[in-house]
Amino acid sequence: MNRISSVVLLLLLASLALILGLAVISLAQPSSGIGQLVNMQMSNSGVDHPVTAVLLNFRGYDTLLEMAVLLLAVIAVWSLGSRSSPQQTPSNHSNPILLALFRMLTPLMIVVAGYLLWVGAHAPGGAFQAGSILAAAGVLALLYDQRLAGRLSSWSLRFSLILGCAMFVAVATGVMLGGAHLLQYPLPWAGSLILLIELAATISIGLTLTALFYGTSTGERP
Amino acid sequence: MTSNSLLFFFDALLVVTLLWLAWQSMSSRDLFRGIVSFIAFGLLLALIWVRLDAPDVALAEAAIGAGLSGALLLTALSRLESSAKEKKDE
Repeated sequence: MNRISSVVLLLLLASLALILGLAVISLAQPSSGIGQLVNMQMSNSGVDHPVTAVLLNFRGYDTLLEMAVLLLAVIAVWSLGSRSSPQQTPSNHSNPILLALFRMLTPLMIVVAGYLLWVGAHAPGGAFQAGSILAAAGVLALLYDQRLAGRLSSWSLRFSLILGCAMFVAVATGVMLGGAHLLQYPLPWAGSLILLIELAATISIGLTLTALFYGTSTGERP
Repeated sequence: MTSNSLLFFFDALLVVTLLWLAWQSMSSRDLFRGIVSFIAFGLLLALIWVRLDAPDVALAEAAIGAGLSGALLLTALSRLESSAKEKKDE
């Protein structure tokens, strides 16, 4: 029985691979994509790096929804309830390697995150990368001492988690007051607005990913 | 050997290793081995993104795909093991 099912699986996988291969071969000639369009519009974006321009300006709506998805993920994880078994060793203070890593890498990671955020305007980098570096620092801190999670009060944590989304929505709708469309930044301020959104997003992404790693909500329920 | 053919060799090595790591992470009976293969898979995938001239994606892949997903999977594994131990003790 086992052998039959694996043969069937193999056949299914082989046919899937065949169909995918045929689909790739039958694709039309590779189009030039929208790269040229993006390059033509770069002067209207407020930043110098095409990827940042697409993510935060031309397709800002997608990034806004991504931030909302991250927020939803934390809510979903928190709703799964508290961890069933409190871990036996909440702190690893006796581990010299963790202590040294925690002391040396945390400041470095914060600086690197700030650099990636700033450099995102004209080179590879940006909010998601900077946020994930911050999250790595948070994970390292939690590995060193889980009780550090309790240091963040419930309100300030929740506020920081929604900060990115809230700032994005505030800017996106705020520009409408000046008669523009949703997410249509006025050109003179576009660079500053994008940096503002990215700063808030970096903090939120870093804390969101750390919170996902920790797994349960911290502090008292409000 | 010209640098072009050297690079081709490097790319081919990357692809073969990537496929092998993918198979390892899917088929390994030891969950810990599977997760470690997955992390290595993510790091190699980041290298491939660099080779495809997409450093933005490479940064995100290395930080989120390999680092944080790996950390999440390892925590999930340790919680699975500790809850399994609790059930046995009961």
